[in-house]
Amino acid sequence: MDLFEYQARDLFAKHDVPVLAGEVIDTPEAARAATERLGGKSVVKAQVKVGGRGKAGGVKLAATPDEAVARATDILGMDIKGHTVHKVMIAETAPEILEEYYVSFLLDRANRTFLSIASVEGGMEIEEVAATRPEAVAKTPIDANEGVTPAKAREIVEAANFPAEVADKVADILVTLWKTFVAEDALLVEVNPLAKVASGDVIALDGKVSLDENAEFRQPEHEALQDKASANPLEAAAKEKNLNYVKLDGEVGIIGNGAGLVMSTLDVVAYAGEAHGGVKPANFLDIGGGASAAVMANGLEIILGDPDVKSVFVNVFGGITACDEVANGIVQALQLLADRGEEVTKPLVVRLDGNNAELGRKILSDANHPLVQRVDTMDGAADKAAELAAAK
Amino acid sequence: MAIFLNKDSKVIVQGMTGATGMKHTKLMLADGTNIVGGVNPRKAGTSVDIDGNEIPVFGTVAEAMEKTGANVSVLFVPPAFAKAAVVEAIDAEIPLAVVITEGIAVHDSAAFYAYAVEKGNKTRIIGPNCPGLITPGQSNAGIIPGDITKPGRIGLVSKSGTLTYQMMYELRDIGFSSAVGIGGDPVIGTTHIDALAAFEADPDTDLIVMIGEIGGDAEERAAAFIKENVKKPVVGYVAGFTAPEGKTMGHAGAIVSGSSGTAAAKKEALEAAGVKVGKTPTETAKLARAILAG
Repeated sequence: MDLFEYQARDLFAKHDVPVLAGEVIDTPEAARAATERLGGKSVVKAQVKVGGRGKAGGVKLAATPDEAVARATDILGMDIKGHTVHKVMIAETAPEILEEYYVSFLLDRANRTFLSIASVEGGMEIEEVAATRPEAVAKTPIDANEGVTPAKAREIVEAANFPAEVADKVADILVTLWKTFVAEDALLVEVNPLAKVASGDVIALDGKVSLDENAEFRQPEHEALQDKASANPLEAAAKEKNLNYVKLDGEVGIIGNGAGLVMSTLDVVAYAGEAHGGVKPANFLDIGGGASAAVMANGLEIILGDPDVKSVFVNVFGGITACDEVANGIVQALQLLADRGEEVTKPLVVRLDGNNAELGRKILSDANHPLVQRVDTMDGAADKAAELAAAK
Repeated sequence: MAIFLNKDSKVIVQGMTGATGMKHTKLMLADGTNIVGGVNPRKAGTSVDIDGNEIPVFGTVAEAMEKTGANVSVLFVPPAFAKAAVVEAIDAEIPLAVVITEGIAVHDSAAFYAYAVEKGNKTRIIGPNCPGLITPGQSNAGIIPGDITKPGRIGLVSKSGTLTYQMMYELRDIGFSSAVGIGGDPVIGTTHIDALAAFEADPDTDLIVMIGEIGGDAEERAAAFIKENVKKPVVGYVAGFTAPEGKTMGHAGAIVSGSSGTAAAKKEALEAAGVKVGKTPTETAKLARAILAG
């Protein structure tokens, strides 16, 4: 889960990484009091989970509380690369910036360890620096069990050639930033820029944090960091039901088991769609291993509730999941919707293979629902689902 | 022969006495796996009757190994306790630990992987978040259904569980030497490359099927390995061509791998290494058939 800048700032502050004062607001009028609390001037910063907001006009200085209200009025509701701004951070204005650095900790998948990345050439062009002059970016592996000790922090500082006058301060920040990374179960903590300001202090002016959703069992407070306001309503409804669902922009609703098989199903439907007017998958939905009839019913309900969906493809290979459970889920879900008086008009194509496939197929045949068709190969079923979506 | 697992493997199950552990222990036994014990400190000294098999429960992995000669552990331990269980398996120096558990925090898997390396890599870890591995007709360590296919001469390595099953099903008439589900988590113990190297060295494997998916650059690195080290034919499949662009990880992700992680990039890298890559699982199976038919 990627966090907003203000959430990253709060986590940094909690773990003693030096940051500027700031608070998040969601109405223009609130900018006035927030700016007054900061001594009468502020920076108004759009909170969006996408880069380039400065260039898009999403970061503005305000010299007075009135000006802060005006800038917040401009920025709230703005569209930045497809992201609507629902919140702005009213931040303390930065003292004069003398230098901009870059530091981060992240997972290095290739080497199955953690990595520190540090550069004295931080700022907006860091990716450009990394691509054109890799020697200016120091990468240091971090042992997951040893972590970032003061000695390791010093090693990073030296590898990146930080100037002597900030070396101690940057090393201290690296230790606190590592503390944030571990204590919050983060996959990424990034500070860019880490600024040296006129007073000689070193401050984290902007940051990104991405948290590991698998760690929610020991991070109960992370749930509150979810961005419920921007979530697609179907995605929010799916999350309520613990379904792994992503809304896409096509017409064929997809339900499958296992992330790999569902991704493969999206591909197969998209290929099949090329012959049927370019129809595409409408969503990703993985009902997971060992899914019960109830889970199947929940999934089907979400998909049938999507107005973009014109046909549905249920693609299940029973490993742990038993196909008779899946078939019962389909029958039950259709019954459930009928009982509620909701008319289901979208055709379903179902392909079942693997564990108890024969039993599952028989359940579907016996139910003999007018909207449900069985196709017993994955490619054939994808083609049928695409054809039905195109015909609607 | 086969890789990592055969008829002589003696298997213990960490987390056997839980509901999932019991269910799959039963299935593994039905597939002919030599299950010699379970591990649960609270039930040490007891035994469990599974379909007429009396399976002893030991207090620790070390004790189970000492008493039974076990050399494989399959773990069905819940995420919150998985790290401690894997560390215990590493401390006992069991040669193979198959971590089925889904949902382990990355800081935990990175920690136990680092620990295994520090301890001299005496324990091969497969997973986490994987279906395990099967050597049809000999042994099954994990949750791959044993009745999809039969012994044969294809080796399979895959990130995805259900795509493993799908591919075994597509080629069920030919059969498999071993099929290994390495798991799709960001940190995994055994990689595509490890399995490719083992299949290349396995006299019972004639052709290797490799299944990847979007994210990371494991497939690109596997492609480079194949080009240099694998003489046997390799057929590939990559899932996720139409998946939406994943979450951006700040600037750091791009700086690290230099790879986009897209399915298209992976397919291209594999093809450049001489791997035939199918557009769908069914087409991939056809490519494998064509090669085996000569």
